[in-house]
Amino acid sequence: MFAQQLVNGLMLGGAYALVAIGYTLIFGVLNLLHLAHGEVFMVGAYVGLALALAGFSPWVVLAGAMLGAATLGVLVERVAFRPVRNRGSHVTPLITTIAVGLVLQHVVVKIFGAEPVAFPAPFAAAAMTIGPVTLTTLQLLILGTSLALMALLELVLRATPTGMAIRATAENQTVAGLMGINVSLAIVATFAIASALAGAAGVLLAWNFTGLSPFFGVKVGLKGLAIMLLGGLGNVTGAMLGGLIVGVVEVMSVAYLASSYRDAFAFAVMILILMLRPTGLLGARLQTG
Amino acid sequence: MLSDHTVSILIFAGIDVIMALSFYLPASAGQLSAGQGGFMALGAYTAAYLTVQYGVPFPIALAAGGVIGGLVGLAVGFPALRLRGLYLVLVTFGFGEMVRVLFLNAPAFGGPGGFAGIPPATTVWHVLGLLLVLVYFFTRLSGSRMGRAFAALRDDEAAAEAMGVNSTYVKLAAFTAGGVIAGLGGALYAHYTLFIDPEAFGVGRSLFVMLYAVFGGLASFWGAVVGASILSVLPELLRWVKDWREIFYGVLVLVMMLVRPQGLLDPALLARLSLRGERVAARG
Repeated sequence: MFAQQLVNGLMLGGAYALVAIGYTLIFGVLNLLHLAHGEVFMVGAYVGLALALAGFSPWVVLAGAMLGAATLGVLVERVAFRPVRNRGSHVTPLITTIAVGLVLQHVVVKIFGAEPVAFPAPFAAAAMTIGPVTLTTLQLLILGTSLALMALLELVLRATPTGMAIRATAENQTVAGLMGINVSLAIVATFAIASALAGAAGVLLAWNFTGLSPFFGVKVGLKGLAIMLLGGLGNVTGAMLGGLIVGVVEVMSVAYLASSYRDAFAFAVMILILMLRPTGLLGARLQTG
Repeated sequence: MLSDHTVSILIFAGIDVIMALSFYLPASAGQLSAGQGGFMALGAYTAAYLTVQYGVPFPIALAAGGVIGGLVGLAVGFPALRLRGLYLVLVTFGFGEMVRVLFLNAPAFGGPGGFAGIPPATTVWHVLGLLLVLVYFFTRLSGSRMGRAFAALRDDEAAAEAMGVNSTYVKLAAFTAGGVIAGLGGALYAHYTLFIDPEAFGVGRSLFVMLYAVFGGLASFWGAVVGASILSVLPELLRWVKDWREIFYGVLVLVMMLVRPQGLLDPALLARLSLRGERVAARG
């Protein structure tokens, strides 16, 4: 029972972590909150839905959702961040992204309707039993994809020129610019990567819950924010770890406590950590925004 | 005299202004709260529970809503002492969510089914009366010792402390007062809608409250008043676009913020209108 719940929690947590990584990447580079990230995630899932309904294979669905979300993310940066980057206060991007999120939600309502829709399963899931744990092939796919994407991200950030540009920009924009790094391009790359991960998470969670709605992004987005804070702002490894923790805690709380509290646990854990360790689990930054 | 429809628009707009002011007060001390919906929920549920279960007269229930909002504001203010900027935004976000989940799981308050049967008590005069009191309060505040301490803290905490501002005390005062205002707003809301459920005070509410105040501009409390008035009446004016309404609304807000990143009443405009804001210089 416990081992089973642990695996279920890791599966959910892996997808949450993908969303949280997006928040933390953007925060790390721009020092700003992207409040439409949950909507980017949701739109990615809907792009996946459109492809799945057209009969494409699960890999095409996943890749399409990532591509669609990445395009949208870059667009959001263009519309809601870049114009106010050096003007207004740091509250301004909060408002512009809320507005963009509202627009995205209702554009999706216009196209797909406001009601939740079923998301077709990618294939007939076969179950297999390893010791006390029963895994379906779908669960394996979800867990495997999220872990593979996280590994890929680590690789991109550590070993490619783009990754280096992103890390340098996060460290210090001005100095990175002086070193010949194209800061604007690094920011665009950050948004593309963060949004692609959110798009993937959208499809993975839609498979997991077998459905989605235009307001799917709000709840998951909030959880992503809590996880980012838990792991330490701007800390990618922290977000991965935080995502897995929140996923496990959530599944355990449903299994052993009341299911209606499931959404409170992410925030309870977050607030607890902040009281004890205000920089987050792995964060080393000061908590100045 | 006024049609029911007009009255309802006025009351809801008035409550939105009250909520935007409840965000503005801590924000004027640099404390951004994305959890004002949580305080509103506490005020609404407290007042409604008192009038329904104990038959308490409305004015007393209203005051109780404000007191509970203030007490919880004080409690939330403590962790806020350690956190700044966007960290604080995130924690207050979490606070609002936790309040919502708490009421969702409280059978005494109706849980997810909501709390019904609240006696009608709020009139347009209550709302306007409270607004007048608040406008008087804010005009008096801006020139006062406390108001100046707020502005100093917002602009530079270290410098404010060096000048002798007790930042702990000032921050707690700002959060408490913001909680009181939001609690009062919630109590008024509950006794007009006559039915409340936790979803009415969720993240959406908190974000819209923030949106109203920032849209209007944070340089003066008039920004919150103007921003909330415009944005809560706007959906009525957008009726002709039918189900494109939310999209229109979002695009309008976005364009507005891109054109005037500091809000409608930015420092330059305030200076021209010579309304006495707390501070008329540009701020970053």
